[in-house]
Amino acid sequence: MASANPLAAPQLSPSRRRRRGRRAPVRSWRARDQALFVIAWTAGAGLCVCAAALVIFFAVQGIQYLHPDLLVTRPSVAATQAMSGGILDPILGTVLLAAIGLLIAAPLGVVSAIWVVEYGRPRWLSRIVESAVEIIAGTPDIVLAIFGLALFELGVFSPFSLAEPGGAFGRSFLNAGIIVSAVALPSVYTATRNGLIATPRQLRESSYALGKTRIATIRRVVLPAVRRDVATGATLGLGRIIGDTAIVVLLLGATLRNQPASNTPFIGLLRGTGSTLTSYVFNNSPAGDGNAPDKAYAAAAVLLLLVVLLNWGVGRIGRIGGPLIHEPSRRLGA
Amino acid sequence: MFERLRRPWSDRRAELVLGAAACLLAVAIAAMIVFIVRGAWPTFQHEGLSWLGSGGNPDAQLGAMENTTSHPPASAFLIHAWPLIYGTVLSAGLAVVLGLAISVATAIFIVEFAPSPVRRVMSPIIRLLAAVPSVLYGLVGILVLVPFTANHIVTQGEKKSVAYVVQLSGGGLAVAVVLLTLMITPIMTALIADALQSVPRPWREGAIALGLNPLRATLAVSVRAIRPAIIAAAGLAAARAVGEAIVISMVSGGVSFSPNPADGTIFWFEPFQSLASEIVRSAEAINAPALHSTLYAFAALLLFSSFVLSLAAYLVKLPLRRYQVSD
Amino acid sequence: MSSERTPPLSETLDPPVWDNMPLPIEKLDFEEELMTIAPERTDTSVRRARTATETVERLRVEDISVFYGSKPAVKNVSLSINQGEVLALIGPSGCGKTTLLRTLNRLTELTPNASHSGRILLDGEDTDEIVDTELRRRVSMVFQQPNPFPMSIFDNVGFALREQSRKRPHRRDLQPQVDKALQRAGLYEEVRTDYDRSALRLSGGQQQRLCIARAIAQEPEILLMDEPCSALDPRSTAVIEDLIVQLRQDLAIVIVTHNLQQARRIADRVAFMYLGDLVELGETEQVFTDPEQEQTREYIAGVFG
Repeated sequence: MASANPLAAPQLSPSRRRRRGRRAPVRSWRARDQALFVIAWTAGAGLCVCAAALVIFFAVQGIQYLHPDLLVTRPSVAATQAMSGGILDPILGTVLLAAIGLLIAAPLGVVSAIWVVEYGRPRWLSRIVESAVEIIAGTPDIVLAIFGLALFELGVFSPFSLAEPGGAFGRSFLNAGIIVSAVALPSVYTATRNGLIATPRQLRESSYALGKTRIATIRRVVLPAVRRDVATGATLGLGRIIGDTAIVVLLLGATLRNQPASNTPFIGLLRGTGSTLTSYVFNNSPAGDGNAPDKAYAAAAVLLLLVVLLNWGVGRIGRIGGPLIHEPSRRLGA
Repeated sequence: MFERLRRPWSDRRAELVLGAAACLLAVAIAAMIVFIVRGAWPTFQHEGLSWLGSGGNPDAQLGAMENTTSHPPASAFLIHAWPLIYGTVLSAGLAVVLGLAISVATAIFIVEFAPSPVRRVMSPIIRLLAAVPSVLYGLVGILVLVPFTANHIVTQGEKKSVAYVVQLSGGGLAVAVVLLTLMITPIMTALIADALQSVPRPWREGAIALGLNPLRATLAVSVRAIRPAIIAAAGLAAARAVGEAIVISMVSGGVSFSPNPADGTIFWFEPFQSLASEIVRSAEAINAPALHSTLYAFAALLLFSSFVLSLAAYLVKLPLRRYQVSD
Repeated sequence: MSSERTPPLSETLDPPVWDNMPLPIEKLDFEEELMTIAPERTDTSVRRARTATETVERLRVEDISVFYGSKPAVKNVSLSINQGEVLALIGPSGCGKTTLLRTLNRLTELTPNASHSGRILLDGEDTDEIVDTELRRRVSMVFQQPNPFPMSIFDNVGFALREQSRKRPHRRDLQPQVDKALQRAGLYEEVRTDYDRSALRLSGGQQQRLCIARAIAQEPEILLMDEPCSALDPRSTAVIEDLIVQLRQDLAIVIVTHNLQQARRIADRVAFMYLGDLVELGETEQVFTDPEQEQTREYIAGVFG
């Protein structure tokens, strides 16, 4: 028997140590399992290849067609691609749309999540709110766009856009922005809600113990704790807003340049029409009016770059942005 | 006035204000349903449910509506949208089936076989694929896949053989299904891989301790245990595929044709149109009243089907709960 | 998408603290338990009488050391396990008894940085040379937490039997083996009416017996048990202890236990481990009444634990 002295290490050379013994090789598995082995590897590799191909394709096309001056020139209507100008307006349009969308979605999402998690009475009402968010998340964006059209037909919303001749409503950045916020809302809501649920109860209890009201606790203690989650959710939502096409195509029209409705600065632009990167790509492809694939590729490259950057940003920010697929705590058997 | 706002809020007031904001969401959903149904009402009124059936060419019917003025006669609402419904179901269904198979296989790859560095890389790859805007998939489709299909895959003979019915322009079922599958697979893979890894470790360990190899252990225990998650992922993907408008409108060939499986391989290259893509295509003229209510009817149908898909996914999970401790 | 981030355990090189798993609250179903006919508790002296007069060595551990990374969890342990006997591994938390147990069926290989030196011979064969899936059919394990699969009772017991054969066997082919395993595990009477019931609906004690049935369905040579009763109430514990005593006739059983009284009740031989070393090995009565080592004496007296 070895002595109980923990300092007496076993006198063994490391080469005598073995990591594992013989294992059943793949060849010995049932035919069905072997087939699945091959399929699984193919699927995994295939997905990586597709992703790489997509990114490389747009990168190559972008390098080919995206000249830096395109970024600062405004588009112009022209017969040939060489004369059709740059993509400044779509870029500005995307920024404007994203700003409007986030300005609506973020506060609404955070506030709703706070109410559901921190208050949530009556219970049936909070369940309805949760279901509402799920429904919004599951609704196709084309249906949201139709809802937008229906909503802004109402006379009360007429100042939001410039009325078209013959129609009761119009298309504008404001209208599109309001509807596109629905696309970002579920992301912000879910992220905030999960973050709130994850904050430990002790945090709130110690604030109550000091005599603070619930709302004060939320403002001063809980909200700062979920800052990162809100940021992550907002960034995810931002990515979805930037990538949305259907709502923009229906609610923003097909003009290439951003056209303010009136000469009032800023308000005029909100009420005006224009383009975003997504509608620009769509319209310049053979599916739209213009037939300018070069410009489409240029705008597409910018769009993809934005999305990639936002994605990377999500990964850096925080809790939710951790590995989407966890490292398991032990690798079983591989 | 701002003084009143700046004074510390009472809990009661905060609860009311916050609750009102939250209820805004519920109100918005209700408004959405009401507005869309209201807009679709004239079509239901004039056509009943027969507009879901087949008869005639939807393209022609929609074209005729574009010129209607206010208070059109009942005959102007004529529409038989079955080819569009068929196109939606066909493209989405094929994409979900294909995507599910690929997703499960990829998820198993990630959890079982991928070496550590590869697994670490898969996370951002999948997240990236999921975040790519649909219009970019559409662009690749219309500028690369469609011409490629038209020039290199579909033969001249095939084109001639159906030329009297429809033009094979390269855009069609195959390209649409490929792109749709590529769009929905990342989300499904992420959900399924996550579910696989959250299966309680004792189960897997128990299976290994009984002498199963790791793949068998995963298949027999983990995959079986996450069946509800797989169903949920499929439902989510189906809802996404059904509602996808932009990609379909760019690569489906633009004609409201019903691809016929009896045509053999040509079936894959026949054009079609889906409900969502038709809305995009015709939205310019939506002011025409007959067209207006028809498109709203399409939207109502899409809204209804996304409800049904979510509900179906939920219901299918219920019997499987018998064997789960939690899902 | 999941929003939690658990630190990967593989980053830590410390040996996992198996002995410190928290005891869960058992899912009790008292009515069902009370309805069963529990076997009579037999006299301890009669229990421990060995049926065979000669000892057949089934498993021999030769100078085993187990390392997690570079830290040794088990140091130079040698012992043998014989047919028809129950060997209990006892010792305080972290002494390496569970690691040693898991080395016997090479379950330690599931931990990425685990390695070992020395040999384990199963009926004369080096276990490292036996294919791992084959080894685990001959050396079965029952865990501390009952872990029945989310399937029916029949599917649980027949699980390994189904997966082993190349062709998928019919239910009727497996029925006799399943029946026999459930009988040996003392669960047959309680579940024979409804094999298709979900295994998760059983009470804690029944689940553990189901796991035992599952483990012995393949007729293994050795049965390893990692604190099988620590998650159960006293009544279920008694049932399982009697079960173990009955099972040892056909198998060799190695049981890790925290509970000294349990070891005294059911074990034929006892191995006391401390900080990775095998301190004392001997007949149960002798170790408990007159241990050779001072440490053993102190542990049994409860000086440390």
